[in-house]
Amino acid sequence: MRSVTRDQEIRELAEGARDVRAGLGPDVDLTRFAEAIEQGRVDSMDDLERQLKEAALRVGIDASGHGRSGSYVQVDRSAVYEAVQTSYEDRIEVMSVGHALELYDGLPEHWWRLVSPGKDKYTAYAALHETEGYFMRVRAGERIEDPIQSCLLTSENNVNQNVHNIVIVEDGAEAHIITGCTIHPDVEEGIHVGISEFYIGKGAKLTFTMIHNWSQRFDVRPRSAISVAEDGVFVNNYIMLEPVKSLQTFPVAHLEGARSRAIFNSIIYGLEDSRIDLGSDTILEGEGSRSEAVTRAISADRSTIHSRGRLTARSDTAKAHLDCRGILFSDEAVQYAVPELVSDGAPRAELSHEAAISPIAEDEIHYIMARGVPKDEAISMITRGFVDIDIPGLPEPLRRSIDEAISATAAEAL
Amino acid sequence: MEDVIPLLEIEDLSVEVEERQVLFSVNLAIGAGETHVLLGPNGSGKTTLLNTIMGLPAYRVTSGRILFGGTDITPMPIDERAKLGIGMAFQRPPAVRGVKLRQLIHVAGDGGGMEERLSGLVRNLDLDRLMDRDVNMGFSGGETKRSEMAQLLAQAPAITLFDEPESGVDLDNIAVVGEAMNALLKPGTVAERKGAGLIVTHTGHILEYVNADVGHVLLNGKLACQGNPLDLLEEIGRSGYQKCVECALCDQ
Repeated sequence: MRSVTRDQEIRELAEGARDVRAGLGPDVDLTRFAEAIEQGRVDSMDDLERQLKEAALRVGIDASGHGRSGSYVQVDRSAVYEAVQTSYEDRIEVMSVGHALELYDGLPEHWWRLVSPGKDKYTAYAALHETEGYFMRVRAGERIEDPIQSCLLTSENNVNQNVHNIVIVEDGAEAHIITGCTIHPDVEEGIHVGISEFYIGKGAKLTFTMIHNWSQRFDVRPRSAISVAEDGVFVNNYIMLEPVKSLQTFPVAHLEGARSRAIFNSIIYGLEDSRIDLGSDTILEGEGSRSEAVTRAISADRSTIHSRGRLTARSDTAKAHLDCRGILFSDEAVQYAVPELVSDGAPRAELSHEAAISPIAEDEIHYIMARGVPKDEAISMITRGFVDIDIPGLPEPLRRSIDEAISATAAEAL
Repeated sequence: MEDVIPLLEIEDLSVEVEERQVLFSVNLAIGAGETHVLLGPNGSGKTTLLNTIMGLPAYRVTSGRILFGGTDITPMPIDERAKLGIGMAFQRPPAVRGVKLRQLIHVAGDGGGMEERLSGLVRNLDLDRLMDRDVNMGFSGGETKRSEMAQLLAQAPAITLFDEPESGVDLDNIAVVGEAMNALLKPGTVAERKGAGLIVTHTGHILEYVNADVGHVLLNGKLACQGNPLDLLEEIGRSGYQKCVECALCDQ
């Protein structure tokens, strides 16, 4: 049974934030969007509509489920498919969050514990219009070799898809989750609000790869937070290569345990009129905690990118580094690199950053051309190298689409 | 007797860099398989000549032309010159973040049968540790030169332009670089034919490792004289560049 008091508390916090604008990114009028509608369940991912399946493939989802330990698919507001491969049945749980809330008495230790429903109007909306999302748990000590995949799809035009995800990786466990968020090709306008709370146990490791693929009239507001216990590791890979109307996200990692670590890798491609405000905020509280945030941002067309990173050290033995690099391929694009280092009562903590926005150096292009490589290919080679931040376990079709997207933009920029 | 077309022919070449004229009516011909040496004080225009032959866009040809195998390559972009058979060992090559040495060697060799050749190259030039690192990123002077040589050996050009191959390199590395240069300039190792070369050297040390056929002295942007490279070096060592070009060694 869910606690009535707790639900009331969540509701009150959300009510108080109904009209609170986010501190970053353009404001979105949520009243413009209808609530997402119910969709029917499918027996297998193959039963999804062809265009949805193709959209899912482009964000790294394998409809056959081969090579995946578990799968979750949500269309609009409904969980339409969940599965765990037989060999993983006792090792992981993958289900809709609605089901998990019923099964585990409202997840009192995990539901709205890291992200506050009162943070802004988007969290408030998600709390007041609760729909679905995924619940994933990796059991203590289990090393899950095959990634778990989830796909959040929007199939209707002009709706608000709000999801709330809970991920728990218990002590000593290890897993890789690939999440693809995308829309049906007929969807032009809409908003995706995603709340995600991650709990990484002692000595546990989660690699979380998120691929976003939206459209030029779609707004996106993820709100994520992560708690990492002693010796735990959280690796976050974020990739967005298609236009979006606006996206703003600033996940917060709390490195609470001694020697806990967080690594954020982001590849962002600003296309058309996209307004992207993306970063990560790591709070290093645990003794000897470590963090690294690497962002590669490419701006084309008339896009605007804010590439942020904040490191806050509260432990004297903490150490963290930000590496934020950008390239502009268009004289109508704007890019901001905003690194922020905060030492909060930790005089011996070591925080550093490297931020640079610069073109591909002509002498590098000429050097490669001197080996017989045409100019456009030389630029592609350098640009591909620029975003090659070694994301392990990235599905091959996705790796190929990153290469293709970069080659196309680099060639256009000539 | 039929006239033999030189491999590389420079006719009346004048070049500007940032609106300042650096080369004045330079004439030079290098036959297939010949190795020439270009001597001259700092700022005389040696690197400018090499970069202009390679086609780097900052070097503007204001008069004259460059012929390769009889074809006028003056308007050609860098990559087309490289494809025709011109290679260059840069004095201070840039570091290229994100591009691995292995990749660059591979594209220089145009992919064909590279795997086998690659292993030999890597072994001979002691590049094992560097193959999966970003090109020239944090390389020492010797490592940078060895990386240049590996790329050129893969490329196997008909003529290689060497810009100060011994600069910033210790004695052990000069020997390795010299060996690689000989592989580029002698027949049978890289290609069937004998490769040609144009070596810019400030100190002449590299001539202890590589045999050259003809030496030229470039002074104030003009080719002042030519002769036996070792004789020229000796004369320059004794009397300096100015005296050298005035002396009777020229055009012997």
